[in-house]
Amino acid sequence: MQPEEDLPGAAGRCGSGPLTLRTPARNQAPDPGRPRSVRYVKGMDMSETRIEKPRSFQEIILRLQAYWASKGCAVMQPYDMEVGAGTFHPATTLRSLGSKPWAAAYVQPSRRPTDGRYGENPNRLQHYYQYQVLIKPSPPDLQDLYLGSLQAIGIDMELHDIRFVEDDWESPTLGAWGLGWEVWCDGMEVSQFTYFQQVGGHDCHPVSGELTYGLERLAMYVLGIDHVMDMPYNDPQAPIALKYGDVFRQTEEEYSRWNFDVANTEVLLKHFEEAEAECEAILAQEHVDPKTGKRIVMAHPAYDQCIKASHLFNLLDARGVISVTERQAYIGRVRALAKKCADAFVQTEAGGWAPETAA
Amino acid sequence: MPDLLIELFSEEIPARMQARAAEDLKKRMTDALVEAGLTYAGAAAFHTPRRLCLTVHGLLAESPLVREERKGPRVDAPEKAIEGFLRGAGLTRDQLEEREEKKGKVFFAVIEKPGRPAAEIVAEELEKIIRNFPWPKSMRWGAGSLRWVRPLHSILCILTDEEGARVVPMDIDGIVAGDTTEGHRFMAPGRFKVRSFEDYDAQLKRRFVVLDAAERADAIWQEATNQAFAAGLEVVEDKGLLAEVAGLVEWPVVLMGEIGADFLHLPPEVLQTSMKEHQKFFSVKNPKTGRIERFVTVANRETADNGATILAGNQKVLSARLSDAKFFWDNDLRIAKDAKMQPWRDHLAHVTFHAKLGSQAERIERIAALAAQLAPALSADAGLAEEAARIAKADLSSEMVYEFPELQGLMGRYYAEAAGFAPEIAAACEEHYSPLGPTDDVPTAPVSATVALADKLDTLTGFWAIDEKPTGSKDPFALRRAALGVIRILMQHGTKLAMTPVFTSCHDLSADTAADLLSFFHDRLKVHLRDEGIRHDVIDACLAMEGNDDLVALVARARALQAVLSTEDGENLVQGFKRANNILTKEEEKDGVAYEFGADPKFAEAAEETALFNALEAAKPKLDAANAAEDYAAAMETLATLRAPIDAFFEAVQVNTDNAVVRRNRLNLLSTIRSTVLKVADLTRIEA
Repeated sequence: MQPEEDLPGAAGRCGSGPLTLRTPARNQAPDPGRPRSVRYVKGMDMSETRIEKPRSFQEIILRLQAYWASKGCAVMQPYDMEVGAGTFHPATTLRSLGSKPWAAAYVQPSRRPTDGRYGENPNRLQHYYQYQVLIKPSPPDLQDLYLGSLQAIGIDMELHDIRFVEDDWESPTLGAWGLGWEVWCDGMEVSQFTYFQQVGGHDCHPVSGELTYGLERLAMYVLGIDHVMDMPYNDPQAPIALKYGDVFRQTEEEYSRWNFDVANTEVLLKHFEEAEAECEAILAQEHVDPKTGKRIVMAHPAYDQCIKASHLFNLLDARGVISVTERQAYIGRVRALAKKCADAFVQTEAGGWAPETAA
Repeated sequence: MPDLLIELFSEEIPARMQARAAEDLKKRMTDALVEAGLTYAGAAAFHTPRRLCLTVHGLLAESPLVREERKGPRVDAPEKAIEGFLRGAGLTRDQLEEREEKKGKVFFAVIEKPGRPAAEIVAEELEKIIRNFPWPKSMRWGAGSLRWVRPLHSILCILTDEEGARVVPMDIDGIVAGDTTEGHRFMAPGRFKVRSFEDYDAQLKRRFVVLDAAERADAIWQEATNQAFAAGLEVVEDKGLLAEVAGLVEWPVVLMGEIGADFLHLPPEVLQTSMKEHQKFFSVKNPKTGRIERFVTVANRETADNGATILAGNQKVLSARLSDAKFFWDNDLRIAKDAKMQPWRDHLAHVTFHAKLGSQAERIERIAALAAQLAPALSADAGLAEEAARIAKADLSSEMVYEFPELQGLMGRYYAEAAGFAPEIAAACEEHYSPLGPTDDVPTAPVSATVALADKLDTLTGFWAIDEKPTGSKDPFALRRAALGVIRILMQHGTKLAMTPVFTSCHDLSADTAADLLSFFHDRLKVHLRDEGIRHDVIDACLAMEGNDDLVALVARARALQAVLSTEDGENLVQGFKRANNILTKEEEKDGVAYEFGADPKFAEAAEETALFNALEAAKPKLDAANAAEDYAAAMETLATLRAPIDAFFEAVQVNTDNAVVRRNRLNLLSTIRSTVLKVADLTRIEA
């Protein structure tokens, strides 16, 4: 009965609670006997800057964007498909393959149909946001870069207990695994930190470092909010101040009802099979396009179908029609697609393929 | 004599791997040193989340000179032989010595291997060890190909003697060994220089790192128990958790917090599971009420507010977790109380147990029917057992079990109690999964045992029916464990049960498949009985008997046979039986006849022969009675009484006499011995 953690970045999966960042801390003078470096962030403008506490959900996102942009990441936009986690974005899954260096950061809306609670649970949502960073090859100071990002959003290392707790990541649906940690702040999991070893059945050379932040949880903790729906979405002083609930309470309700009780399982099942067939049909095409005469391996369109199949599986799972034994078979089918897409991607230029190396 | 200090500094090593890794480092390094000729006075290894450390003191400064002599070919040997010898020794002709031996002049090579400095050996061996370290799981990082448990950042490797510390020069994929390391990640960042192990240990402590894991664990336990004691409470001991937590921190700071009043009514197992699994908290209980009222968490740093922020944070995380648990518990209790768990049972109709074996609900119906059928054999009430089987797995649909699968069964018990089911049913919810392993207890309550038995038998016959049997090391459905569970339940309850009809009724197994499943049970039984000291040939002798699908009878027979075989009579009886059987088999083969006509006492010549006739005649009804009563001890005892007459018979009588009538009669008598003995056990299978 163990629900398979088939999706990475469980930061939003477990019902761990938010934490308050104690405001008095801001007014305390740094202890002169302690190293100062961790109270301040270096790097954003090369001077030591006192970090103000962010005031809203979006400000935390904006700061992460600014921070990772300042560290050289290409800031990407969310992928325009339903995914279970930021890892599914091709900027992670596919770009972690092959030899070409890569550095990307982005927000990814993520859907976990089984986690829907009609907007009532303070910590659980069927639709939430992940912040995702992928750097290939993983830089030697990735842990420090990561800690810098926590400081950038107002987490004071002098008052909190940050820990790296073993958490090996495995995505049976992506045929991927890596080693790393879940990062704890005062006992709360705030991120997942993974060194990819294999994706789509391919060994990762070089290795990508992946960071996944569960944004709602992290923001609630930084902002000191107990119920996600009460969290300020924009600046509380704005003329039209919106809370997270103003934006998402209704949709959580609507999707929870649909996910759990209404979604037509026969239709979902049919779509699953169609996505699977389409993915395979795309990949079965000749590499050389007969119309243009160019070599065009359609790894991305095929991978879109793989993403679809994965999400449809999650919906079927939420409808409770997939048994423990059956789910293994479904996961295996999605994995087979992911592997074929990975095989195709490494046949493309972005995946490190070059005409001269091709036999 | 220098001391060696090695520190391998990396990103956070999983707690569960640290101790073993430190041991491996010590063993591999010291073995390699000794192998290379470097003896030492002592060595110790340490570990923290970020470092493995090895100190070796009293090491030889260099390995001793080694002189080796090799005898070569004779001086007048063919050129080829001499060349080969030179190649092997790595010398030239003029470096060879000629010595006079009995058979003439012979070449000798004297090879001297000079001693090597310790630094050279250490560098060489450490590199090999790092490259081949036995981590349970290791990884690559960046663009490199080196493997370590997590990225390896620096290597400290120094030899210290009276003149001071010297770095052992080495470079592994760009990581250059040095004499510096780091202190606590947050409390004392920055690198510092190290001169010796004592210096290293002391400097680390000043930089908020306790090097010794045992010292960290002791400090945690001391402080936790002190804080609990001061509040009139006690920490629930958990050695595994203590070791794990000691591996998560370099500078342990113990903080005790409260569990919100809203959650104190949750079952203690729920509190404990949630706190331990998710948060690595110790449970703190009130000895007066037995309730868990507080928690202990261990932080990795001191703070200006004495951990207030950290504790508040942890408390909030726990509240969120327990709110979830409470939400599940309240919802579940409502369904248990108001609807008697029915919605969960209905839901199981939509959960597939296995594609080829139908839904959980269908499986439960089969188990219920089987439980009703098995109940009398376990002295359980058939109605209760059937109902218990229908309820026992309902909690699989509950929210709490979805969240904490390890609480399956236990939650079932709570919910069944809340629903007002009979206590036997509530107990069966929890106990019907038992025994899970060889050390897990067999349920003693008849209803629980019946449901447990029916559950396991349905699983086994089901997977046999769809041909999903364990192969080699693969047993994904834990069928071996299930079979052992069946055996242990039957044994403990002394349940007489013919298995074959159960197999065929459960999943309509064919006769062949049922026989195959039975032989699977027999194999498990052999393993089980071997642990009890029962010989495999004894089991084989009993397996060959009729009714071997009643495992309790089978075991009783085996135990009785083992007992009689350990007596002198029993041992000799086997000899006598084998002699009779051998002669008979040989003569039957020769004559092409089966001597099964029955012997006639009137042809008996010797007194011993008549005595044997009488003894066999007397034994027969006793054996039949004992067999009918399944009193195998009595049967074996009766058999043992035949030993003396059989021995005496062979002593006095020759079977193959010239008188054909007498011979035939004696062979028929041997046949009677055989058939009599075979009523009890197939002694042909007993090894000498």
